[in-house]
Amino acid sequence: MNILNVWQRDFLLSIVRLVAGAYPVWHQAPPSPTQKIYFSNHTSHIDTLAILAALPRDVRAVVRPVAARDYWDSSDLKRHIAQKLLNVVLIDRHRENGGNPLDPVRDALRQGHSIIIFPEGTRGADVLPQPFKSGLFHLATEFPDVALVPVYLENLQRIMPKGAIWPVPLICKVHFGANDALGAGEDKPTFLTRMRDAIVALAPPQRPAG
Amino acid sequence: MRTLFWELVAGVTGVLVLATVIGAILGARSGGASATVINLNQRIRAWWAMIAIMVIAISLGNNVTYLVFALLSYLTLREFITLTPTQRGDHLPLVVCFYVLLPVQYWLIAANWYNLFAIFLPVYGFLLLPVLTAFSGDTDHFLERITKIQWGLMITVYCISYAPALLLVQVPQ
Repeated sequence: MNILNVWQRDFLLSIVRLVAGAYPVWHQAPPSPTQKIYFSNHTSHIDTLAILAALPRDVRAVVRPVAARDYWDSSDLKRHIAQKLLNVVLIDRHRENGGNPLDPVRDALRQGHSIIIFPEGTRGADVLPQPFKSGLFHLATEFPDVALVPVYLENLQRIMPKGAIWPVPLICKVHFGANDALGAGEDKPTFLTRMRDAIVALAPPQRPAG
Repeated sequence: MRTLFWELVAGVTGVLVLATVIGAILGARSGGASATVINLNQRIRAWWAMIAIMVIAISLGNNVTYLVFALLSYLTLREFITLTPTQRGDHLPLVVCFYVLLPVQYWLIAANWYNLFAIFLPVYGFLLLPVLTAFSGDTDHFLERITKIQWGLMITVYCISYAPALLLVQVPQ
């Protein structure tokens, strides 16, 4: 990455911190730059940026977010941010090219990168995540040595609800949980439910709204 | 005027130096074991940072001072709204608070327009916000929601903006 892109990336993440706070909370282990699969609840377009902003610089350097091509390939600015600044792994959600959507993610993991994925597959409006799609299970099966780290984004669904153009500035906390892995002989539904529960466990107790 | 300002800075720095020395002695006596002393020393360091920012801002002129207070209001309002349970339907009024009402309030000081500055938020802001909330179509707990936003705006923007607005006062020499 050249120095101009590094500055642009730092500037972009500073804006994210000014609007969304993106304060990291390390629940178990302190951050380390070893290879990991970070998986998180998904509520807005700035989720990826908030996680990157919360990570320390040395950890951030090896992380590639996974995101949908139909969103990030839709304009020159988004393409520049995705490819030059964030080093995004773009995937085709709708399988129009015939290949498996997870193939680019597998390549990134084989090259030793850490990745950020959103196993719900789509953005939700709720405080707690929806049921997970099976992508996380396939990756955990094929890459058993890569630690799985649950991430809970607090408050981001309030910053930018679906359909909003401008974000409301709010303090978002990025909760990082303990390293996890696929259990021996664990089947898909059990694993996916357990991983979702790991994210839910990081969420602070709910207050009644209103 | 400027001499008075630097006398004030010297006084505040003196108090901070005294506090830092006392904090260091207390820290040495407790051997870093007392959570209260650690907290005290963190607060003293935070005061150094706050005083440094304000001295730099004030010595760079009025417009920089307004800008620093506008940023302070922004961060305070962000904190206030984070702790206040708001709903989907509050999105538009909140966006207007942050990106329109707050900058205009501070611009009115810079423009030396005191008459509008004094009533802009408590009159026009307070009338505009319920209208924007009504546009969302979500009328559950309407008065409660509006009150929370109006109160937050009053405390974090209107009240704080009166501190830099003191610069508009003509002090007889």
